[in-house]
Amino acid sequence: MSWLQYLRPPRLTRRTLKVWQRNRNVFVKTFRVNFLPPLLEPLLYLLSLGYGLGVFVTQINGVSYPRFIAPALLAISIMNAGFFETTYASYVRMYFQKTFDAIIATPLSIEEVITGEILWGATRSLINASIMLPVLIAFGVVDLPISFIVLPFAFLAGFLFASIGMCFTALTPNIDTLNLPTFLFVTPMFLFSGTFFPLSILPGAIQVFANVVLPLTHVVKITRMITLSQVTPEILVSLAWIVIVAAVLFVLAVNLMKRRLIV
Amino acid sequence: MGEVIVAEDLEKRFGDFVAVNRVSFSVREGEVFGFLGPNGAGKTTTMRMIQCVSPKTSGRLEVFGMDVDTYPAEIKYLIGVVPQETNLDPDFSVQENLMVYSRYFDIPPRTALETIGSLLDFVQLSERRDTSIEKLSGGMKRRLILARALINNPRLLILDEPTVGLDPQARHLIWDRLRALRSRGNTIVLTTHYMEEAAQLCDRIVIMDQGRILELGRPQDLVQKHVGVDIVEADNKPEVLACLGRMGAQFEVAGERVQVFTEQPREVTAALLQECSPIEVVARPAGLEDVFLKLTGRRLKE
Repeated sequence: MSWLQYLRPPRLTRRTLKVWQRNRNVFVKTFRVNFLPPLLEPLLYLLSLGYGLGVFVTQINGVSYPRFIAPALLAISIMNAGFFETTYASYVRMYFQKTFDAIIATPLSIEEVITGEILWGATRSLINASIMLPVLIAFGVVDLPISFIVLPFAFLAGFLFASIGMCFTALTPNIDTLNLPTFLFVTPMFLFSGTFFPLSILPGAIQVFANVVLPLTHVVKITRMITLSQVTPEILVSLAWIVIVAAVLFVLAVNLMKRRLIV
Repeated sequence: MGEVIVAEDLEKRFGDFVAVNRVSFSVREGEVFGFLGPNGAGKTTTMRMIQCVSPKTSGRLEVFGMDVDTYPAEIKYLIGVVPQETNLDPDFSVQENLMVYSRYFDIPPRTALETIGSLLDFVQLSERRDTSIEKLSGGMKRRLILARALINNPRLLILDEPTVGLDPQARHLIWDRLRALRSRGNTIVLTTHYMEEAAQLCDRIVIMDQGRILELGRPQDLVQKHVGVDIVEADNKPEVLACLGRMGAQFEVAGERVQVFTEQPREVTAALLQECSPIEVVARPAGLEDVFLKLTGRRLKE
């Protein structure tokens, strides 16, 4: 199989949405458990970092520390929701529950199953952002009404992270090795993507690396421009980066999964 | 009667390994068609190709006259599948499992609810409607999977080892349900390595081994053709073998036993007892298992 075959666009029908609906049904069934993390996470970070560490940091580029990290907390939550949905959660459905096997015995194809899973991951990002945003609004650390634009953007960014997660799921030998991308990719991103301090204080080479390779860098840039009402044309560069990388990785994820599951 | 499945020189390779080796068969509408074979014979692989989830390597395979590579979704709308592995959705209850599954077939919720009611009656699970999957016994899970496979009122039902691991009661209930489906005119294709299951249910069977079809026909015809009507078994001892040789009998050695295939079991038994002084003699009708062991050999298939 040449590498070009991994870039073959998936053939999809409306049936794709039925996979999304299945996951939504499970989510609604266990709503109370799902609701808490995105509600508590920003509270804890805002209190400890924003108002604890913030006593010493006071201002970054003329912005108070809680206002500086608020959009980063949104971006991190978007990343976690999408990434973990299509890594651990999808892996459990695929390998332990055999849910994918059961679905492809119906008119749905594996391409539709994987796409439905990724769309659901993106939806989880949107849900997380929707629960977090009111908390940040209550603390008065995001601008209004512009910050609501974060919500549709959360779906796009979630789609990117869900596609990345699905690529790892397609390649991982077992569920334990999924810890590797978590520690080697997600955790560094969490710390070095301009989240809790500006990228500009890092060495030049690392700045380039963060801009070229780390998706969260672009997501934080965009959420920060939005919540601080400081949108510049640079938003188009980050947006383009996200759209292109998301499109490529989505197609790649579907084809890698096909290779794994269709024998 | 039309042909529901047509396979010609159907082949499936995994790298160098040939799982299904250029087999040809056809399944007629309304019949129960069984695939018998030891583990690794290629039965499940053949089922998976018919279900359009595993692409064939070469040859022709049509279901309802449609090519499996070209029309997978169209074919899958018309078939129901009972997989070997229990893959019910543990996130849902009994009824929710069927509801979610019905959506994959574009069945409107109201129609689905009606169908689910009668299907749960059919597999005797009406009382378990709201039970979660983990609380079901093995037999209940298999019955629910059967109900799930019928949700789209399929014209063709494919069952891969439908009763494996079940107790006799649960097995007989499944057989009973399958007979009911056959009498309604459903076409059924199943794999099994229970001879009794094949003999009880199937109109025609194929016996597969190492990716090839060894025989195809009606169970009783295959018994007649390969082992005759009856079998007399005695201990595999040198005296007995020598004595059988003197009598000019046709026999086969099977482990600790020696078997005589015959149409006169009484006479053979009497002669054996008189002439050969064996410790034990058993006369019994020949069955599918004898055909199976004769064709696929007695060594372990691992």
